[in-house]
Amino acid sequence: MAQGKLCNREKVDTLEQLQALLNDKGGAQYYKEMQDLDVDTDLLRATLQKTLKEKSRIKAWLEICAHCGMCSDSCFLYLANNKDPEQVPSYKIQSTLGRLYKQKGKVDNAFMQMCMDTAWSKCTCCNRCGMYCPFGIDMGIMFSYLRGLCFQQGFVPWEMKIGSGMHRVYRAQMDVTTEDWVETCEWMAEEYEEDWPGLKIPIEKVGADIMYTVNAREPKHYPEDLAEAAILFHLAGEDWTVPEEGWEETSLAMFAGDWEACKMQVQSVYDAMERLKPKRMVVTECGHAYRATVIEGPYWCGLKTGQPPVESLHYVEWVAEVLRNGKLKIDPAKKIKEPVTLQDSCNYIRNAGLAEYTREIMSYIAEDFREMSPNKDHNFCCGGGGGFNGIGRYRKQRNAGLKVKRDQIIQTGAKLVIAPCHNCWDAIRDLEEVFEVGIRWSFLKPLLVQMVEIPEHLKPQEEEV
Amino acid sequence: MYELVTGPLAWLAFGIFFIGVMVRTVLYIRGLDWQMDRVAYKPHRIYGLKGAFNSIVSWLIPYGTRSWRFYPFFTVMVFVFHIGLLMTPIFLEGHNILLKERFGFSLWSISQPTADVLTIGMMVAAFFILLRRYALPEVRILTTWYDYTVLAIAVAPFLTGFLAAHQIGNYQFWLIAHILAGEIMLIAIPFTKLSHFILFFLSRAQLGMDYGIKRGGMKRKRGMAW
Repeated sequence: MAQGKLCNREKVDTLEQLQALLNDKGGAQYYKEMQDLDVDTDLLRATLQKTLKEKSRIKAWLEICAHCGMCSDSCFLYLANNKDPEQVPSYKIQSTLGRLYKQKGKVDNAFMQMCMDTAWSKCTCCNRCGMYCPFGIDMGIMFSYLRGLCFQQGFVPWEMKIGSGMHRVYRAQMDVTTEDWVETCEWMAEEYEEDWPGLKIPIEKVGADIMYTVNAREPKHYPEDLAEAAILFHLAGEDWTVPEEGWEETSLAMFAGDWEACKMQVQSVYDAMERLKPKRMVVTECGHAYRATVIEGPYWCGLKTGQPPVESLHYVEWVAEVLRNGKLKIDPAKKIKEPVTLQDSCNYIRNAGLAEYTREIMSYIAEDFREMSPNKDHNFCCGGGGGFNGIGRYRKQRNAGLKVKRDQIIQTGAKLVIAPCHNCWDAIRDLEEVFEVGIRWSFLKPLLVQMVEIPEHLKPQEEEV
Repeated sequence: MYELVTGPLAWLAFGIFFIGVMVRTVLYIRGLDWQMDRVAYKPHRIYGLKGAFNSIVSWLIPYGTRSWRFYPFFTVMVFVFHIGLLMTPIFLEGHNILLKERFGFSLWSISQPTADVLTIGMMVAAFFILLRRYALPEVRILTTWYDYTVLAIAVAPFLTGFLAAHQIGNYQFWLIAHILAGEIMLIAIPFTKLSHFILFFLSRAQLGMDYGIKRGGMKRKRGMAW
């Protein structure tokens, strides 16, 4: 019964555990321990029985797959890897979850490691294959389920174990405490107030129209993103606030398959909604954050309507709305003149139906908008989704997977890519680093701040003189 | 022998087929779990129905989806195969005469040449589907003996029926073989991959509801573009 000190079935619930994992540079000891990690086959069998055999959706999917191979070309990893048959989605799921189910969980360490490598390095859970299967077999959903089984057994990439631990300890994907968060908000408001008179980041205001929530990377690494959000809310005259706690939307726990931590994280946001009673919530420019908190979260928290407690918008919905109703106006002279393309984030386009909102935004801000092909609901994953960007063990595979997006971008002829999603933004940054194709990439906020017309009374003082 | 295969065995096969299909349907629907599947089926029934309908109909139309259009030749084969498979036995004149004799009613019948075209088409399509399994690496890697067995079960009644109808070889032998093959197929439907006879519709409906209710159904203006 081998359980490692770092690599084990334990959940990371304390700072000490988290620190021990972080001290293990690159997860060297962690992966070494994984070689001896035993598989709790009884637990595995019982979980499969309860969540697969006694249910019908995944069971039917595994059973009726006609092995027709129509999913193959739908998968960007299959295309990026020279059509390697082992990258066919059906093969990937049948050889992992399919076998796990057939063998009723009686598998060994090597098999579980193979499942882990497949679940995190051969699928980003973009769910594109599900759209190309005549039976509607969604292998992304099954891989997400398989990740849960792997996590339960401790076979999870080091960064994912840390990520889910962060959510358990900090209710954020990074070590950002409530204090850090509040200080960052205050700092940003102070920093930018001179340029934007009256700019505030209202914290914990009850009854505001909008409760704004973010990705922990923003306060931690790009606080100016928070400032830009504040500037745009300010210019649009919105009554908004950020919660003191429950401000983090992301969920590395979802990528890790740690369903318990998913619930903890999302519940913190829903608690903030209960506390502050905003009319609506707006989520920052992040794909999986929106998916986790708005689309999947209600189910983790047992909300039978499948809806979050308060109507929730992705940032692109808010931007489309304020451009439509004129709360924000784009200075025609400052519209983007050069060819520009747009990355559709799987998590809020295919998996949440927001494709037309981003097009609407492009119609206001760009003079030469070039669509990628395929696009909208049929877009390809950026190459870094589902946690792929953040796992050192699979860096080579991730870089190989970026080729599809690279070629799509090159085909548009645009040098500027708008990517209103943190993971896509990262992947596109990295593909430029790896392939040097000469492109730039941006979130919407910094572009909008440059482009919007500033109402007279909100202009900086020195300009008025 | 003829009495046995057209009497008790036929009753048994049809019984297992009808009851089996009903059981599979009930089990599938009962096995859906709103929280596990993360789809609020009940509170948003209208969105769900719209999504399910769109999901099924789009895929029933040849070239009705991107995926069908992406594989133009295979799509033709799939539709020719399934149309032959479903239409021929139901509307075959010989079958309807039997139906009339036994139960006093019959369905609209197709002519013998039409039945021949459908049958040959179905068998040719099956041949190409088989060939594709060998030829394409991405399909070969998925293929197991089970796939060949299921294909054989589906083709057998047509091959034997065709030989019997055209009196090629020993008519009595092919007739009995045909009836037996048909019965094997009926019995196999609820228990094998052939259960997609019903599960195609249920599974498609499920994913349609998923997209219709949860994954953007309330935000997309024109429904999911499959």
